[in-house]
Amino acid sequence: MTNSHAEVLLSVRNLVKNFELRANTGIRKTQRIVQAVADVSFDVKVGQTLGLVGESGSGKTTVGRSVLQLIQPTSGEVIFEGEDLTKMSFEELRHVRRQMQIVFQDPFASLDPKMTVGSSIAEPLVVQGVGGNHQDKVAELLDLVGLSTDHAKRFPHEFSGGQRQRVGIARALALDPKLIVLDEPVSALDVSIQAGVVNLFGDLQKRLGMSYVFIAHDLSVVRHIADQVAVMYLGKIVEIGDKDAVYRNPSHPYTKALLSAVPLPDPKIERSRHRIMLEGDVPSPVNPPTGCRFRTRCWKATELCAVEEPQLVVRSTGQQSACHFPE
Amino acid sequence: MSDSILQIRDLRVTFSTQMGELRAVRGVDVDVAPGEILGVVGESGSGKSVSFLAAMGLLPQSATITGSVKLDGIELIGAKKKAIRSVRGRSLAMVFQDPLSALNPVHRVGDQIVEMIQSHQDMNTHDAEKRAVELLEIVGIPQPNDRARQYPHEFSGGMRQRVVIAMAIANNPKVLIADEPTTALDVTVQAQILEVIQRVQQTFGTAVVLITHDLGVIARVADSVNVMYAGRNVESGPVQSIFDHPSHPYTRGLLSSLPHEGADRLQPIAGFPPNMLAPPSGCGFAPRCEFAIDACNAELPTLQPFDDLQTSCIRAVDLRIGGRS
Repeated sequence: MTNSHAEVLLSVRNLVKNFELRANTGIRKTQRIVQAVADVSFDVKVGQTLGLVGESGSGKTTVGRSVLQLIQPTSGEVIFEGEDLTKMSFEELRHVRRQMQIVFQDPFASLDPKMTVGSSIAEPLVVQGVGGNHQDKVAELLDLVGLSTDHAKRFPHEFSGGQRQRVGIARALALDPKLIVLDEPVSALDVSIQAGVVNLFGDLQKRLGMSYVFIAHDLSVVRHIADQVAVMYLGKIVEIGDKDAVYRNPSHPYTKALLSAVPLPDPKIERSRHRIMLEGDVPSPVNPPTGCRFRTRCWKATELCAVEEPQLVVRSTGQQSACHFPE
Repeated sequence: MSDSILQIRDLRVTFSTQMGELRAVRGVDVDVAPGEILGVVGESGSGKSVSFLAAMGLLPQSATITGSVKLDGIELIGAKKKAIRSVRGRSLAMVFQDPLSALNPVHRVGDQIVEMIQSHQDMNTHDAEKRAVELLEIVGIPQPNDRARQYPHEFSGGMRQRVVIAMAIANNPKVLIADEPTTALDVTVQAQILEVIQRVQQTFGTAVVLITHDLGVIARVADSVNVMYAGRNVESGPVQSIFDHPSHPYTRGLLSSLPHEGADRLQPIAGFPPNMLAPPSGCGFAPRCEFAIDACNAELPTLQPFDDLQTSCIRAVDLRIGGRS
């Protein structure tokens, strides 16, 4: 399935995003910085899917939004089809945005309750000043996502969660984008419904050839849909590579622990397998650990890990990981 | 089974809404054996949470509840408020999805556990405080002496859920009901909390009802499983049998809709759950079931023994399969 010679559509280089926290504590005004994304680089190839996984606070959503310039990155480059989006004017960006869309997690919050589903789907066409018959286009899009043409006249409240998410997808497809950022697009759906939406993403990619950045905390869904996987922890990519390499031979201790923590729907496997139990929670990104950010929860950590930050290194199984003591 | 510690019979819960009567639970039987972990699995709206909120007496006035809920032989439905209050928090305790809503933000966590102990037991404050620290240690909170003097906001999500579990087990309940206790947590923290729940069950012999939508969580910790759909139990039995040879098309559909290695396409269940304002008169799953026949819509099926399972599918024998489809 993976074509390693495919052209690169999106290159993210040394992406950094800092958020300022202002705390007004009496007399003293303090200013602290959260580094939500700390020097992240990756490529997304034409027609392929990069899965971005990590726990809360890992920075995966911030990466997704920085790619689309919905959040202005602090530094770094986002190169889409050879052009750096971070250096573009608002007008230039507006033009490129036709090629890039996003689908959000919550299908209830992402649709205007007072607009018919048809006008919601046609809205990107209006905003971008696309001519032609919008009604026909809406009908075509509804058909594409497995809804019926007469759904266009209805309002969001008449739809179930899974159907609303399909409407969100239809809207994202309206301008024939080359890249769609999918930010936890199936997390709010029940599993029996989720399966249909995951299939839809696969079918659409086969038919239309767009690329996805698929952000999720559910590792089994990402394994199903992604070609490449990047595992994030506290704003850093700790491991990135071919899906099979990462899942079969995780190199970073965090990836290994994360995979072993996922409950599998099989009592025999669940009761016999060795589980790595990480201690504690993810530390605060306001004051991340020195050196390797994972070292405070890592069973392999030594003094070296506190002093020297490990860099991403290519491993024998093909993926890159940032660890002084890889598996 | 008369040896059940918690026995629910023909439980029905109806909510009066502006649009009519919403029949959230439509005749549910549950048996929880002492010391077992019963997993209750179902999707949104299946009635899994409402059933046990009703058992706890925690539903609003707009809910009409009928049936029987017996805890260690004592009937709770229709019992006096005072009687229920003495059971709730003592013999029957509950842990919810969101630990913050279960904790008082302006009281130290140690004091909240002390209050929990003293409202049910005659214990002096000094002993209760000692016990609170012990409980925090049991649920795996480091430096429990110092942590007992802290406020909820000083704890992380996983640590808060541990505090809530410590409160729930403070009076050594016979049954602990955990409603999606790990859904709001990250997967590495979820693993820790599931371990705490298992430790409580093993150490104190507490029976646990674990309500979840996650079949992986069920596979990890449950001894037996109830599968709920449209306000009914559609299948129940030992965990291994439910996963190895499920009898009900809904259970099978749930299992095969999960991503698994090597699958090119996932298999969703067609359609969506019924409107509980006007639920189907027959099997609730029939409108989505590929095996449904006329008889399925004729009347509401009840659980029948089938091998080592209980199933509500009237076609279970016809559809018998050796392993997972």
